[in-house]
Amino acid sequence: MSEVKFSNDSLAVIEKIVARYPEGKHKSALLPVLHLAQAEFDGWLSPEAMDEVARVLNLKSIEVYEVASFYTMFNLSPVGKCLIEVCRTSSCWLKGANEIVEHIEKKLNIKDGETTPDGMFTLKTVECLGSCGTAPMMMIGAQFHENLTYDKVDSILETCKTEDKRKTYFDQVNIEHY
Amino acid sequence: MGKKLLLANDHVPGIKNYEVYRANGGYKSVEKAIKTMSPDAVVEEVKKSGLRGRGGAGFPTGMKWSFLAKPEGVARYIVCNADESEPGTFKDRYLMSRIPHILIEGMITSGFALGATAGYIYIRGEYFYIVSILEKAIEEAYQNGWLGKNILGSGFDYDLYVQVGAGAYICGEETALLESLEGKRGNPRIKPPFPAIAGLYGCPTVVNNVETIAAVVPIINEGGEAYAAVGIGKSAGTKLISASGHINKPGVYEIEMGITVEDFIYSDEYCGGIINGRKLKAVVAGGSSVPILPADKILTTPAGEKRLMSYESLSEGGFASGTMLGSGGFIVMDETTSIVQNLHTFARFYHHESCGQCSPCREGTGWMEKILHKILDGHGTMADIELLWEIQAKIEGNTICPLGDAAAWPVASAIRHFRSEFEEFVQNPTNLKKVRHYESVNQLVSA
Repeated sequence: MSEVKFSNDSLAVIEKIVARYPEGKHKSALLPVLHLAQAEFDGWLSPEAMDEVARVLNLKSIEVYEVASFYTMFNLSPVGKCLIEVCRTSSCWLKGANEIVEHIEKKLNIKDGETTPDGMFTLKTVECLGSCGTAPMMMIGAQFHENLTYDKVDSILETCKTEDKRKTYFDQVNIEHY
Repeated sequence: MGKKLLLANDHVPGIKNYEVYRANGGYKSVEKAIKTMSPDAVVEEVKKSGLRGRGGAGFPTGMKWSFLAKPEGVARYIVCNADESEPGTFKDRYLMSRIPHILIEGMITSGFALGATAGYIYIRGEYFYIVSILEKAIEEAYQNGWLGKNILGSGFDYDLYVQVGAGAYICGEETALLESLEGKRGNPRIKPPFPAIAGLYGCPTVVNNVETIAAVVPIINEGGEAYAAVGIGKSAGTKLISASGHINKPGVYEIEMGITVEDFIYSDEYCGGIINGRKLKAVVAGGSSVPILPADKILTTPAGEKRLMSYESLSEGGFASGTMLGSGGFIVMDETTSIVQNLHTFARFYHHESCGQCSPCREGTGWMEKILHKILDGHGTMADIELLWEIQAKIEGNTICPLGDAAAWPVASAIRHFRSEFEEFVQNPTNLKKVRHYESVNQLVSA
């Protein structure tokens, strides 16, 4: 891997994020900046990526590690280009979430938590994503896919085949708003 | 049709945009508050309204506001809790994505009332697509002079920011949320001191749920008394209910508190009855944390009256036969549902979401999940049911934050009301294979 450094665009965004907090409270920027790092550095937070976050925010590396390891959305190991997160808590379970997971497992020939050998898809089961009224659902990148059926899952996975969804956090948020 | 206060303009095309929102009476509460009222008068109106926290606890909002310390020369903050993560709850997501300006307006009016220097909206990371909706609304509010320096020439300066979380249920607990907003792990703080005294960055802070903040808008526009006249008794106003599960019309409904539970489930105006004409088996009325109730107990109070959608009526009978309104996450289960399997999804959830700070919760949630897994795997014993009961009883009340109670109550209520199902799984493990949601599989096949 080449040296892990934020792009100049990202550094400009980080500067704007830090400006949201009072003087000296720049540690508050840690979660948003970790999201940026994950989007920029292949969808996961390697120790090098976390060190880079620590460097730009002037924090100790341990302060970044301890926070990154607390939150579910931060991946501490590599993921595929499409991270498929299927909700399986109560309302989704009532509407067939387990069957959706089995369907995807069969289709991609991987189990929950695994990545396809070509590095395209990672399947992960997650807890309630707030889509209970439109269950079952899955999230890919930052996008919600709701009221799933087997057919719908098939066509979504088909369109994902050629895309790198790891950067969708960048796409979804208008950088200008930072 | 019941009265609508938050979703009154939900049907208006383009209500997401500033011009449309403004043309439909938007930002009037800010004008009214800043131009004609003192901050204390705004707090007084909210007190009069009887508004109670809509995140789940139901604590009187006006009283919470009046606790805010106001030492000279110290910044004060208002933080909006948009970390909506309680399973079964999706009302804040609906409101923010459809009428984002009502939250921005509420944050400004509330910020004025509290003399806040800045406001933060802490939104759960999975709602990332809503961040850009809120950012756009905030930008429009700045452009039109509702945010920034010297708002409406009053000398009131106020900035508003969105902060994104990263997937931790615990950050919906207000002190964990503040820790997270400060860039730390979301471990709840020991109270006291309460956030009203020492909150964000050690400064006096008020933390309110999205729906609570939004309700401030109609309260200031129409007056606290007018708001208090809606609803029933101490359950003043309207409530957003997230309806999900085995019903014909899942979705978010704004109800006037006091309608009957029966009406809410079966009327076409709301849930439209149980799918495929099946029988109602059980309801989790206020998000995963509140006790599950069987059909007869959710429809009828111990006194034999029809149960109402209100804080008081839902809790009538205590935990022996009642439940709680909570966050309004209303999960409906039909007669095919296995209560034990559903409970397993809750137990897994709380195990995953425990922050690990307090031993009873850290160890207990994992233990309960494992025992339920064992029972569902066909290896359970009758003693395991007693053990489950014992563990939940030892978590409840013994943790820093309410996550412990929230993990204990679903287990306790499932055993209390559906013990025979646990025993059936233990005694006839071969029956387990028959329990499956064929109904849902059929739905999944037919698009």
